[in-house]
Amino acid sequence: MIEVDFRLARPGGFSLECGFAVPASGVTALFGRSGAGKTTIIQAVAGVVRPDAGRIVVDGEVFFESARGIDVPIEARRVGYVFQDSRLFPHLKVEGNLRYGERRSRAAERRIGFEAVVDLLGIGHLLARRPHTLSGGERQRVAIGRALLAQPRLLLMDEPLAALDEARKAEILPYLERLRDEMGLPILYVSHALDEVLRLADTLVALSEGRQVAAGPVAQVMSRPDMLPVLGRFDLGTLLECEVVRHDAAYGLSTLAFSGGELWVPQVGRAVGGKVRARVRARDVALALTKPEGVSVSNLLPAVVEAVRALDGPYADIALRVGEGQLAAMVTRESVARLGLRPGLAVWAMVKSVAVEGSRPEAFELGESPFRSGAIT
Amino acid sequence: MLTPEEWTAVTLSLRVAFWATFWSLPFAVLTAFVLARARFPGKSLLDGLVYLPLVLPKVVVGYLLLLTLGGRGLIGQYLDAWFGIKLIFTTAGATVAAAVVSFPLTVNAIRLALEAVDRGLETAARTLGASRLDVFFSVTLPLMLPGILSGALLAIASALGEFGATITFVSNVEGQTRTIPLAIYSATHMPDGDAMALRLTLVSVVLALGSLLLASLVDRRIRVMIGRG
Repeated sequence: MIEVDFRLARPGGFSLECGFAVPASGVTALFGRSGAGKTTIIQAVAGVVRPDAGRIVVDGEVFFESARGIDVPIEARRVGYVFQDSRLFPHLKVEGNLRYGERRSRAAERRIGFEAVVDLLGIGHLLARRPHTLSGGERQRVAIGRALLAQPRLLLMDEPLAALDEARKAEILPYLERLRDEMGLPILYVSHALDEVLRLADTLVALSEGRQVAAGPVAQVMSRPDMLPVLGRFDLGTLLECEVVRHDAAYGLSTLAFSGGELWVPQVGRAVGGKVRARVRARDVALALTKPEGVSVSNLLPAVVEAVRALDGPYADIALRVGEGQLAAMVTRESVARLGLRPGLAVWAMVKSVAVEGSRPEAFELGESPFRSGAIT
Repeated sequence: MLTPEEWTAVTLSLRVAFWATFWSLPFAVLTAFVLARARFPGKSLLDGLVYLPLVLPKVVVGYLLLLTLGGRGLIGQYLDAWFGIKLIFTTAGATVAAAVVSFPLTVNAIRLALEAVDRGLETAARTLGASRLDVFFSVTLPLMLPGILSGALLAIASALGEFGATITFVSNVEGQTRTIPLAIYSATHMPDGDAMALRLTLVSVVLALGSLLLASLVDRRIRVMIGRG
């Protein structure tokens, strides 16, 4: 387990309080807007920032505990840290950078080999180069390799893609997926980019203005209505773990099954039986009291209203039960009144658009866009 | 070209300047590091002390050296009694004078170089398992190298030109403390010393220009070497 529980206040008025315990495996995303405190959390885990009070424990080893006066120095924590700005040493070549941490690790603890890392990240041809001659994407891959070769027990990544353009991001993402799938190393991943989080993370810690909003499995956290301050009204919605049921090549569609039924989406690059994540934004779900006839929307799901919650402005968030699953819809408060929406009411949910995270490593060629999004109307 | 006497002055100057810089450099790096990074009470006092020789009349610096390190000085008497070290009228004394006077310039050049080192790189090094000391030698120092070298060349150049503190502290002894500036001073007091003064002046100009050119050349080389080019 990775247990992080601390508070910290800064002279400027920024304060941070968080408390979560996540599995020491897979990718845990720290997600929120800038200024939410994501980076400060991994800095505290690395030992770069000292909390005012609290406790940080990784795999049973106490890194920090204010009550007992424990504060393990940065270099003794053995956490790999990938910075947003890569921070490669300008006076060393790529190989020197890669070996820097490796040389300082204990020989008995070298599980991650040089060749394997160079291979995994595709940086073999860069070894003799100077950091300032590398592209942003190459620099970031070298930085990841350098962190890995220090033989960390935990990898911290601070928005490693934020400084890159879309093409470079698409270049790196597949490497991150391989890292996640092949290295068996727990990763704390800071990001404000929803697509990265959905593509990479297993566990999610959502933050807003220095406060922890939610922590748990990605699908569970992403579907919570109180994620509004983190996601914003535009992106609030439901994340559905789906299985590909069939493809319809003639129309270029795929059918996905989730706990609440089936959805039609633009064909995904996954074989039948494969798992994908689908996101349905609340604002893309419309409601009808009777089964709509003669509409172009193809995803019609019978649902029951579970809760109605007024949001800021004219909108209301409607929590729906769809079969065994859940779905969030956003309608105007005027619609709530006109339709008489209340808990227990049976309605039809019209899903206007589904974003499918259809990219698992085996299905997509390296470099392809992580998301396929489209409206079936 | 040069008379044996003039050659003596030139080689003595070079020796004094080199050793003054050589011995003061480690202290200058340490002082620059403390001034740039550490926070402690009395830091502004240390800051002032370090830069004092720069603003004091050099004669005052020399006289203070005489009071502290002279034969009957506060420290000087013990240097002689315990270690047999005599600084008065000796090349060692001239070296000390040159070192003290050039020290602030060296510290300043190194401090600027240190402040330009990205501390994020040092943090990165520590996350990779390097201790503070290790980080200093493997990251900070190499990145400061251009600053240290330009500081050293500056120190050599200013040590070559030292006059006031030297003549006050260790006097004007041929072959011991008579560096180029002192030799020029002596020559101007001799009835037919004009030619000698002129020759030594030319040597001074050549040496000063040479060290400046060398400084910029070395600086460029190193910047390329450490990837800051």
